[in-house]
Amino acid sequence: MADHKPKGISRWLFTTNHKDIGTMYLVFSFIMFLIGGGMAMVIRAELFQPGLQFVEPNFFNQMTTLHGLIMVFGAVMPATVGLANWLIPMMIGAPDMALPRMNNWSFWILPAAFGLLLSSLFMEGGAPNFGWTFYAPLSTTYGPPSTDFFIFGVHLMGISSIMGAINVIVTVFNMRAPGMTLMKMPLFVWTWLITAFLLVMVMPVLAGAVTMMLTDRHFGTSFFDAAGGGDPVLFQHVFWFFGHPEVYIMILPAFGIASAIIPTFARKKLFGYSSMVYATASIAFLSFIVWAHHMFTVGMPVQGELFFMIATMLIAVPTGVKVFNWVATMWQGSITYETPMLYALAFVILFTIGGFSGVMLAMTPVDWQYHDTYFVVAHFHYVLFPGAIFGTMAAVYYWLPKWTGRMYDEKLAKVHFWLSIVFVNLTFFPMHFSGLAGMQRRVPDYAIMYSDFNMWSSIGAFGLGLMQLLFAWILIKACILKKGEKATDQVWEGAEGLEFTHMPSPAPYHSFDTPPKID
Amino acid sequence: MSLFRKLALIVASFSALLLSGCGGDLKYNMREGVTEISREVYDLHMIVIWVCVVIGIITFGAMFYSMFAHRKSKNPNPAKFSHSTTVEIIWTVIPFIILIALAVPAVGLLIKMEDASNSELTVMVKGYQWKWEYKYIDGDDNLGNDVSFFSNLDQKSRDLSVNSGSGFSGTEITDENYLLEVDNPLVIPVDTKVRFLVTADDVIHSFWVPDFSVKKDAVPGFINEVWTKVDEPGTYRGVCAELCGKDHGFMPIVVKVLPQAEYDAWYAEKVAEAEAGPDLNERTMSQLMAEGEAAYNKYCASCHMPNGEGNGPFPSLVGTEVVTGEGSMAKHIDIVINGVSGTAMQAFGNQLTEAEIAAIITYERNAWGNDTGEKVQPQEIHDIKNGGGE
Repeated sequence: MADHKPKGISRWLFTTNHKDIGTMYLVFSFIMFLIGGGMAMVIRAELFQPGLQFVEPNFFNQMTTLHGLIMVFGAVMPATVGLANWLIPMMIGAPDMALPRMNNWSFWILPAAFGLLLSSLFMEGGAPNFGWTFYAPLSTTYGPPSTDFFIFGVHLMGISSIMGAINVIVTVFNMRAPGMTLMKMPLFVWTWLITAFLLVMVMPVLAGAVTMMLTDRHFGTSFFDAAGGGDPVLFQHVFWFFGHPEVYIMILPAFGIASAIIPTFARKKLFGYSSMVYATASIAFLSFIVWAHHMFTVGMPVQGELFFMIATMLIAVPTGVKVFNWVATMWQGSITYETPMLYALAFVILFTIGGFSGVMLAMTPVDWQYHDTYFVVAHFHYVLFPGAIFGTMAAVYYWLPKWTGRMYDEKLAKVHFWLSIVFVNLTFFPMHFSGLAGMQRRVPDYAIMYSDFNMWSSIGAFGLGLMQLLFAWILIKACILKKGEKATDQVWEGAEGLEFTHMPSPAPYHSFDTPPKID
Repeated sequence: MSLFRKLALIVASFSALLLSGCGGDLKYNMREGVTEISREVYDLHMIVIWVCVVIGIITFGAMFYSMFAHRKSKNPNPAKFSHSTTVEIIWTVIPFIILIALAVPAVGLLIKMEDASNSELTVMVKGYQWKWEYKYIDGDDNLGNDVSFFSNLDQKSRDLSVNSGSGFSGTEITDENYLLEVDNPLVIPVDTKVRFLVTADDVIHSFWVPDFSVKKDAVPGFINEVWTKVDEPGTYRGVCAELCGKDHGFMPIVVKVLPQAEYDAWYAEKVAEAEAGPDLNERTMSQLMAEGEAAYNKYCASCHMPNGEGNGPFPSLVGTEVVTGEGSMAKHIDIVINGVSGTAMQAFGNQLTEAEIAAIITYERNAWGNDTGEKVQPQEIHDIKNGGGE
């Protein structure tokens, strides 16, 4: 009974097993990462030098829009959902997720949603071309016909996310092994629990925004049209009420990952566990009251700007607590530098740099100068690429031996790491400069004074793109060709989670038939 | 350990980059600008940078020290501590205090920036896809809108970029004002508090002049307010900063700041021009075609392409019903003047002169092998625009 394992295509189509679903999420996310990355390559090729060389402006806008949408909803979010599916049951001593049938649905909706979105590239009038933030009225009155497919696609992604989030919440609350109190849960579980609440609260807001768009486009309403009594700025308020918590939806799981990896390789307990939990919760709370800091230039009353400025600056406090706790975890530890640790450290350092530019952006008077320039692009790519994506890569390297029972190629992984670090900085650091010098976002062509910065960024981007093919090869080698030495049950010397102490490598198809005992 | 050397190298190059950003080389840093506000903004920017640099050095310093000194080969037995309430409270409170210290000057500056009262001149700035309209509003009666004009990307940049055709040649570009030059710059007097009323016709644009530290969104249906007072005469350049469609990258802003006397002379000239009324002289076919080609390339070619064949959502003008069909002239004129609602084809009636509209329509009906032989005169356009015609 315990080793029952369905075979063939129906294993994947109808599976309710959290590990299979986790794997499918991760594979899907990686494919989307490569597609979205391909679009980034088109963007960087066009921006390599001034003038229009490869694509025309409208197609360039389609690329920036789809790049953003795919990376946010197709790459980063499914990747962390995949990790949640794989890890949460194993970390809390549960046999599976609480709602396995729904789990199957929440995955299989995604390929349909992204099929719709990507099909718009081949439609008359082209794909959505109004940026991932799809500000009205550019997206409502002036959007191409394919905007309707985009709206339906976003609805589907939202449904998928909400179902995934409900599953996490129910699993964490109902399926913990006896003795696993909330304050004993690994931080990854904590961060995901909080993420799940954010998802449940904001995805319906996004659904509301796109539904209003739909009725504005086709049913004669004027939510976002001033001529009919609406307000284009209302769209931005609604969108960012979703959009700001969304950025924490993308980054919180990575906080949890770093909080698992750093103690393992420092061979020391995580410093300040409870303050980590409280900091995460505070960040989540603050994320709900700062949405308008994306809109400092839309013409808000000065009192509103002051409130959102100060609330935004406050986020630096709990974020700082987390960073200091990670540093204190390493302090007087006994540190080794395997690939997951390298990624986790790069995450802490580069995410902090992204946090610094975040503090700068929070200052409203100066934000007027940064807003909608490449400085912002640099800021959020520093928190998303070395933050969310390196965090996910750290997780994959860290848990892969547990999943497959085999070690990945450590040498190649180190090459992947070091070159990625060089290229990620070469890509995104110059964007701070081009932004400060005055280069606005989302343009296919630029004045010649930004040429050098853009050339560096493009070279970095091509290198970074290439490195991900190496990552693919490392994964293929470990997972499909099954090369690499056998992993021990604990895998890493300092690993302490239930999945390392109570479970063999590879993890069995059905884990924890009987709940483990937690002291 | 080569690992640590590599890390040290990264840190070193990072700090070098960051420091060079703070040095005198303005190419790497924000411009100080030419207004009191922009200089204060710049100072605040530098304060925040330095605070971040110091916090960064302390945090990363501790981290790198630990990474180096507490690695397994040096420190095989890890310490056992895992929390300290005192320490955790300290590193919650100190950042809190630093943030308050940063917030104080920011609040004061913001309140100053938002106070547009007592302005001496008001200019309405209106964003269109993809051009700006500037309208000078007389201080006394708010009705003397004698002077208003449109500001477009200059033809030289246009030909090198958006009009470069579908071949996208990758021309070598050397002009330092490439994409930063317009046909009609905004003109304001020096040392005068100028209030801008910012709005838009179609989608959201954003009026940004970095040297003034002015950026305000232009929202259709709403009017935003922002102001500046420039210290030094000169030419200052900005761009539209909100994604506004296909040619978002091609709607620069150029502001000429003139001494008061020169400004007055310029303004008087503009008023005289406006009072003279439109040029409605009859033109020959070849005149219309020549003027039409120039105007078409300026206003129409970025969507319908220089060869008239259209592009994606923008229809072709070669041999299509509206352009070459029997008796299609009235429809053609109507579309150019009133636009097509719900599409990117906007109403050009108020944006272009009668002569330009007549020339464009004549050109479209006779270029690229359309050869209808039909022409339209500025006077006819004038009559149609003013309710006559037909």
